[in-house]
Amino acid sequence: MSGPSRSTSRSTSRIRTRVGPLATSNGPAPDMDIDALLDDRNTGIIVCCGSGGVGKTTASAALALRAAERGRKVVVLTIDPARRLAQAMGIETLDNTPRPVVGLRANAKGNRRGGSLDAMMLDMKRTFDEVVEGQATPEKAKQILENPFYIALSSSFAGTQEYMAMEKLGQIHADARRDGTYDLIVVDTPPSRSALDFLDAPERLSSFLDGRFIRLLLTPAKGPARLMTAGLGIITGALNKILGAQVLTDMQTFVAAFDTLFGGFRARAQKTFELLQADGTAFLVVAAPEPDALREAAYFVERLGEDDMPLAGLIVNRAAPVPQGTLSADEAMAASTRLRKASPGSLTAGLLRLHADQTRIVEREALLRERFAAAHPQVPTAVIPALPGDVHDLAGLRRVGDLLAETR
Amino acid sequence: MSAPEAQHDWPRVRLHVVTGKGGTGKSTVAAALALALASQGRNVLLCEVEGRQGIARMFDVDPLPYEERRIATGLRRDDKPPGVVHALHIDPESALLEYLAMYYKLGRAGRALDRFGVIEFATTIAPGVRDVLLTGKVFEAVQRNSRNKHAMRYDAVVLDAPPTGRITQFLNVNNELAGLAKVGPIKSQADTVMTLFRSPRTAVHLVTVLEEMPVQETVDGIAELHHAQLPVGGVIVNLVRPRDIGASDLEAARAGRLDAGRLEADLKEAGVDVSADLVDGLLAEARDHAERRALEDAQREIVNGLGVPSYELPRLPGGVDLGGLYDLAGELVRQGMA
Repeated sequence: MSGPSRSTSRSTSRIRTRVGPLATSNGPAPDMDIDALLDDRNTGIIVCCGSGGVGKTTASAALALRAAERGRKVVVLTIDPARRLAQAMGIETLDNTPRPVVGLRANAKGNRRGGSLDAMMLDMKRTFDEVVEGQATPEKAKQILENPFYIALSSSFAGTQEYMAMEKLGQIHADARRDGTYDLIVVDTPPSRSALDFLDAPERLSSFLDGRFIRLLLTPAKGPARLMTAGLGIITGALNKILGAQVLTDMQTFVAAFDTLFGGFRARAQKTFELLQADGTAFLVVAAPEPDALREAAYFVERLGEDDMPLAGLIVNRAAPVPQGTLSADEAMAASTRLRKASPGSLTAGLLRLHADQTRIVEREALLRERFAAAHPQVPTAVIPALPGDVHDLAGLRRVGDLLAETR
Repeated sequence: MSAPEAQHDWPRVRLHVVTGKGGTGKSTVAAALALALASQGRNVLLCEVEGRQGIARMFDVDPLPYEERRIATGLRRDDKPPGVVHALHIDPESALLEYLAMYYKLGRAGRALDRFGVIEFATTIAPGVRDVLLTGKVFEAVQRNSRNKHAMRYDAVVLDAPPTGRITQFLNVNNELAGLAKVGPIKSQADTVMTLFRSPRTAVHLVTVLEEMPVQETVDGIAELHHAQLPVGGVIVNLVRPRDIGASDLEAARAGRLDAGRLEADLKEAGVDVSADLVDGLLAEARDHAERRALEDAQREIVNGLGVPSYELPRLPGGVDLGGLYDLAGELVRQGMA
């Protein structure tokens, strides 16, 4: 594919989505063209974000599969420690190395255009260990890996998972660029409370490692810190009293051993952050049609804007399917009540009640989406209707992909 | 059936911990449970520990500070006065400062700790300390002692806890601290907290929906809790679809054998303008519903096989607002959870 045509396809999709607020204030959000995004060879990274429980893992697996079956060489990186993606991909174990997914379908024209799909699950601790081992001398690495503070940092510090996801993304991207193994990386972000955590975590980790207290532990008696050591005496005294004496020693050992790595860590995080700002990256925000999830999505959309990160659109997942016909909820409910009076077990009455519930849910969801669109009119949106069954195989993922690509 | 007060399922429980997979509505259930307990005349404290201000949104009040605030009253039942629900948003930094002030009278040193970033350090990195602080405050609310004289005393505390995947680690603070503080006050504090958590005065309830993965997570969560000797409470099945269509009709719907003629006749009888579109639509909805119900029934069987009491809350088509919370609370009372 040549350079100019690439840029044309990108700019067309941009023009299509650029609709002024006045034009859409009362209308629906612009539709997202998923296939254009997946087929665009310039799209190198797709990051799926959203709050927990909205179906990010399924959405990212479905996108990755669809891209692969349309000829892209894809790797999907999932961070969720649950077995969800493993189940969805039909493979039992996922570890820190990408594994090929079998059972891909040749594309519609009957010939594979070299598409492939690998899947991997992030092992946060192992990734962190590898970074330490790669940066420190074997002796120092061992010292760090055994320290209780490092163990806590690498396994349960809020933000480590996000940070390691970025680290791994950076690694895979560098490898893929060198070896040509993949031309598209799909990233499923950790199941955090807030979608923003993914962007905030590296900053939080490095500012933490840069924190005043840590600096203080490192240089207790040097230069201007001299004045502060009086205060430090009170602190260490208090900490010893509360935590027990050996804790501070562990802490100091950890901080001293880790200090030499700080620079490297920060530089790597910065590089990955820049990668996310680059043109080949597309963020997709996944949300359930619920107030909390959509509020998180709105925060995220605004934040991406502030950080100059490329937003490709909003995926509203598991929307209630729109019922056929024009019978309103109130009419259906009234008719159901009338029938039930005559015959309490009436099937038709039951169906009418279902229809009423369904219609009310669809109306509520539509209202929520409209509000989102009113505040963020520029965000292209795709709606995936809820499937009656669970998604746990490639066929299910394919169906989600089809629904994603269909315009409403 | 309104049960007399003592006849609900958890009479000895003072601390109700509510967990669940993301998206199952654990915060909604925690709030409904607090209201249900208050409707039985108890004074309840509803706590959240994840910094999301979900309670404030659900009850439509201003964001909560680190301070117990009165947010709702239970429903009046019979002639008994209802209990009151207070809410508390627990953040680890405030909990640590309060703890230091309460136990060490660390006025000046406490401020110094904050200034030097020690509070931030302790609450973010020191292994397990964050959870010890959060659970420690919950413990303090359950077992008020003379150090906090003027504080309100509660009949029950409901904790909107971290999700199922993290709940055992969260409650098992002892374990987490083991690698760090082997002696000292923090360690003995953790021991005391664990004694309460492992006692019959605590129950960990799990919220799920009738789908494969949330139910699987519930099964795993219960196994982990058992393993850590933490008391498993009930399973609350949330967002349940209406069940007023009989088994044989559901089967017919799945097989596409529903009688369209009969449906049309019924609709006419009920005074509905019948169109082919409407009949087709209702049949399609019936098929989807039947398919979903079959999956739900399979999952329900797994839940019923867990050997713990289970409760079901309906999916509210209008979404959950304050009125909806009271409806769900009433449902929990009716089913004997509170």
